[in-house]
Amino acid sequence: MTQNLQFDDAGRLRHLLTIEGLSRRSILEILDTAESFISVGQREIKKIPLLRGRTVVNLFFESSTRTRTTFEIAAKRLSADVINLNVGASSTSKGETLLDTIRNLEAMHTDLFVVRHAESGAAHMIARHVPSHVHIINAGDGRHAHPTQGLLDAFTIRRHKGAFEKLKVAIVGDILHSRVARSQIQALKALGVAELRVVAPKTLLPMAVEKLGVHPYTRMEEGLDGVDVVMMLRLQRERMQGALIPSEQEYFNLYGLTPAKLALAAKDAIVMHPGPMNRGLEIDSAVADGPQSVILPQVTYGIAVRMAVMALIMGGSAEPAGGRR
Amino acid sequence: MGLVIKNGRLIDPANGVDGRKDLYIDDNGFVIGVGKAPPGFKAKQTIDARGKVVCPGLVDLRARLREPGLEHMATIESEVHAAVAAGITTLCCPPDTYPVIDTPAMAQMIQSRAWRFELAFIHPLGALTQGLEGKRLTDMEALDEAGCVGFTNALAPITDTLVMRRAMEYAATLELTVFLHAEDPWLRDGGCVHEGEIGTRLGLAGIPEAAETVGVARDLALIEQTGCRAHFCNLSSGRAVAMIAEAKRQGLPVSADVTAHHLHLTEHDIGDFNTQCHVHPPLRGMRDRKGLRKALKSGVISAICSDHQPHEPDAKLAPFAQSGPGISALETLLPLTLRLVDDKLLTLPEAIALLTHKPAEIIGVDTGQLGVGATADVCIFDPEAHWVLTENSLVSRGHNTPFLGWEFRGRVTHTLIGGKLVFEL
Repeated sequence: MTQNLQFDDAGRLRHLLTIEGLSRRSILEILDTAESFISVGQREIKKIPLLRGRTVVNLFFESSTRTRTTFEIAAKRLSADVINLNVGASSTSKGETLLDTIRNLEAMHTDLFVVRHAESGAAHMIARHVPSHVHIINAGDGRHAHPTQGLLDAFTIRRHKGAFEKLKVAIVGDILHSRVARSQIQALKALGVAELRVVAPKTLLPMAVEKLGVHPYTRMEEGLDGVDVVMMLRLQRERMQGALIPSEQEYFNLYGLTPAKLALAAKDAIVMHPGPMNRGLEIDSAVADGPQSVILPQVTYGIAVRMAVMALIMGGSAEPAGGRR
Repeated sequence: MGLVIKNGRLIDPANGVDGRKDLYIDDNGFVIGVGKAPPGFKAKQTIDARGKVVCPGLVDLRARLREPGLEHMATIESEVHAAVAAGITTLCCPPDTYPVIDTPAMAQMIQSRAWRFELAFIHPLGALTQGLEGKRLTDMEALDEAGCVGFTNALAPITDTLVMRRAMEYAATLELTVFLHAEDPWLRDGGCVHEGEIGTRLGLAGIPEAAETVGVARDLALIEQTGCRAHFCNLSSGRAVAMIAEAKRQGLPVSADVTAHHLHLTEHDIGDFNTQCHVHPPLRGMRDRKGLRKALKSGVISAICSDHQPHEPDAKLAPFAQSGPGISALETLLPLTLRLVDDKLLTLPEAIALLTHKPAEIIGVDTGQLGVGATADVCIFDPEAHWVLTENSLVSRGHNTPFLGWEFRGRVTHTLIGGKLVFEL
């Protein structure tokens, strides 16, 4: 069903809801397209007319600064008209359903919705009910997926480490509640990394996680041993209340990425984080700001990757020059 | 003077009948002859059931009719029509209506509403605690007098174990049956799917199998101590039915049911957030479905019910966790059960027993059988009719079902209530 929903009859990407179901080829096409957009951000005039006249609505039912901003910049660099809507809880408290909100905005002739929602499956539900000329990009739904984050992380890894086939990658932190982790796992599995590990206490590992094709580790020292890429996840502070972890201090001691723990990874390992970081909770500042960190480049690449996804979805072609005017 | 159903294959498991026998019904709606016309019988009306199966009207232990309180989803009137179209002649209605069935007046109101339509009989289940709040007991004797056939807190958990113990002791005093939805509310937490592969893939909060087994273990310990007769509703896991099997071996007065959909679907049917598969308890894994089927065959589970929960269309047009749980299931109860015969799990008489006299025994009513003297609640179905479930074919107000588009074999052609033909295809 995922494939049918994300692709049109000609097999072109119509929505981006999840990385699950995307082939290695489609992912590489997105990464290659993103590569060609990197230079746009480095020019003096950071704009190309690819999506001129198109209307993009950033529809955020859950607050976000980084993701929303990078989507906005990406759309503007493609010359689209962008509207940001932070719906929050206000719309639902007025009794308007999610679909009503979408239908109203659709009536204003929106071409693309970038949707973030606190419930898993929200983007799928919307994609199922919009007319075929309207596109949806999932900017994060509950614990389910954050596909552009997974793609930009893959992009970052390729830029800094090269071929995926030789890499050992560890994802560390709150796997259970993380949409980022799910999308990272699906992207890296599709791209064929040599080994993919997840590292967390059992309280933060989902049931049957190995069915996602990863090796679970509960001890950070073992999980980081010899890896080429360390992908840290943000830990929500409210997890302390749910009896999932005892204290920030104990979590940092066991799972915080310190220079000493990073030393167990390969010497030239890179450190990633989707942001925003909790310094001193999941990551030590010395690592976050250290020479192995690629956390800020991730943000920069995020714009190019989101431009690529928008261009491919709305232009229907891998080549930016061949896109619709 | 009366009605005869001729030439059908009469299957009446309670009376050990399976064969080509005509059924004779008098004007008062009682069975007066099986296989042989009583002296002086003259048929005013004849139903030719050639090629069809004639069996007792089906008894559904759990169907929510949404009235009173949620009439925008369905009404007693709409759902009793759906019931008879599905061959169901007796329904049990859980007490979680608005207001709750915790007073004799409410119990009587629901029955009298149903009687007005002269279609399926509705037996209310009374609330075990007032307002289903899990604190104070209801007037069980008065509710029993008012027609309640069992007592339950429905899906509202009784978290206070002492209240549960007292409720069971009191029910045992009056020799009433307690219907249990065994689930540990803390382990359930905010879950909406089975805690397993699919929940992990889709990022949906899971309900662990242990939520059910911990609930069953607690309730079994209290049943053992209080001697209360108890019926476990809606079991979903293989481990829980194994615990019930063990309790039965030890001689505890327990029975159990399962929904037709849990016998056919698993968590994998959720696919990409198919909200039609959002049910409670959740669809679990293949191993669980196998365990439930095995328990059905061995007799540990003695009834299949619909757990009918009609919804308005908007209820399912929401992100998965926020969608309304439940299936509009009256009209798939018999077809899904007949599939178990096709799957070679059950014989046809075994399948019919699980929909008729066995559930009737659990609620202590004498329907579900067609011996001489029985009320002639009859279901006639064509076991070879192939048909596809579509929104148009549904009689229920609720169109929320994951089985749209499924092809079934076996379709109800006639339903009689008290000897009166109330549905004909």
